[in-house]
Amino acid sequence: MRQMTLRDLQDIMRECAGEDESAQSIEEAPDESFADLGYDSLALLETQSRVKREYGVEFSEDDLADITTPREFVEFFNSLLLAA
Amino acid sequence: MTAAVVTGLGVAAPNGLGKDKFWAATLRGESGIRTVRRFDVSRYPSRLAGEIGDFEPTDYLAGRLIPQTDRMTQIALAASDWALVDAGVEPGTYDTTEMGVATSGASGGLEYGQRELDNLWGAGPEHVSVYMSFAWFYAVNSGQISIRHGMRGPAGVMVSDQAGGLDVLAQARRNIRKGTSLILSGGVDSSFCPYGWVSRMSSGTLSTSGDADRAYLPFDARAQGHVPGEGGAILVVEDAEAARSRGARPYGEVAGYGATFDAAARHGGGKGLRRAVEAALADAGADAADIGVVFADGSGTPDDDRLEAETIAAVFGPGAVPVTVPKTMTGRMNSGGAPADLACALLALREGIIPPTINVRTIAPGCDIDLVIDEPRPWSPGAALVMARGQGGFNSAIVLRAIPQDTTQEKES
Repeated sequence: MRQMTLRDLQDIMRECAGEDESAQSIEEAPDESFADLGYDSLALLETQSRVKREYGVEFSEDDLADITTPREFVEFFNSLLLAA
Repeated sequence: MTAAVVTGLGVAAPNGLGKDKFWAATLRGESGIRTVRRFDVSRYPSRLAGEIGDFEPTDYLAGRLIPQTDRMTQIALAASDWALVDAGVEPGTYDTTEMGVATSGASGGLEYGQRELDNLWGAGPEHVSVYMSFAWFYAVNSGQISIRHGMRGPAGVMVSDQAGGLDVLAQARRNIRKGTSLILSGGVDSSFCPYGWVSRMSSGTLSTSGDADRAYLPFDARAQGHVPGEGGAILVVEDAEAARSRGARPYGEVAGYGATFDAAARHGGGKGLRRAVEAALADAGADAADIGVVFADGSGTPDDDRLEAETIAAVFGPGAVPVTVPKTMTGRMNSGGAPADLACALLALREGIIPPTINVRTIAPGCDIDLVIDEPRPWSPGAALVMARGQGGFNSAIVLRAIPQDTTQEKES
């Protein structure tokens, strides 16, 4: 299965949580925390739901507890894809 | 007791976006009523509405806010910005805990809600936006406004249909009396979607006329219901002392309020409107003779119109006070209707001119009132009465009083 890129995550988050013209993009700052990029917990929840739908992979909110940056999210998610 | 004054207005109405455009259009008698374009209305019995045609949310809101807000919230947020600018309130003018919010809501974000319910039943629960959790709440406008402007004082919503637009001004005054310096009040409603439309149709009072100039004719012999509208107004309400000490120029004082509730007609309802008006006058310490203009609810339904006209004639005397319904240009904006009337009344107090009612030609028999028709009318501002009724038995009335010019100037100098 195709791996997720930072660009994929950025597109998904823009679509479900909107663009923030003043904040850095995920591709520009993959190691900033989601909070510093202007995404709150609901935006992450929405992203999680969208990613599950688009890639057909199951994971729980608890799995994301330690994930704070876009790069961590993509790496975690791609590890799930490889295991699937 | 602490006085509450209105120092800022943000209006978003079908006949004008922004206070100045709205007021100019209203004085010209310009209507915003037309066939609904926001959704396909062709197969519904009622097809006319006061629709805001020129509101592009991305012109006013950051991209992050768009996916989590219904149209009514987007309009309310823009109107809240305008109101604060109009009042000259900036971040830092007050401490965040000194400011609160009290808005009215009649239906919540139904357009958003319908879309997500479509997703739920059409695609499955995992397709419902997480923002649905609050985006269609009645209270969402108050919540989003408080977040946007960092207002951490008391916040709430009043849900009493059209009357709620007055009830929240009283709620603002209540919280100012308890010590809050500023409350953003008023309300904005939209719900121009099939779900919202049939909800409105359930009242049985929507006009089915296809003629924009004949569809909503309160107090007219041809009255046959009302036209829905979207929009409303956000008002900056401040503690009079606090407003004075920062040199603000208030439009007027929230001087009196009365609210009553009627039982259904079959239980002898319909008596409360007069009590609400009299309570508002008593609360303001005003006599009927002190009121120079009445902004009527103007339901557009013959029985309700007659009841309201009889109430006005009984309290003020037949034909004794000018009465107007600028909503004839916007349609009834649910919980946003009365706040827009309050804005009109406050502008009338400031500018000494009463905006007209349009399209009415022949006053219905039994309606013994002096309706200001087609042309604005000059007056000597003293106090204005605004009336509103909500479906289900709500009656509310507010007395707004002009603030003597010399007092303001004295403190400013």
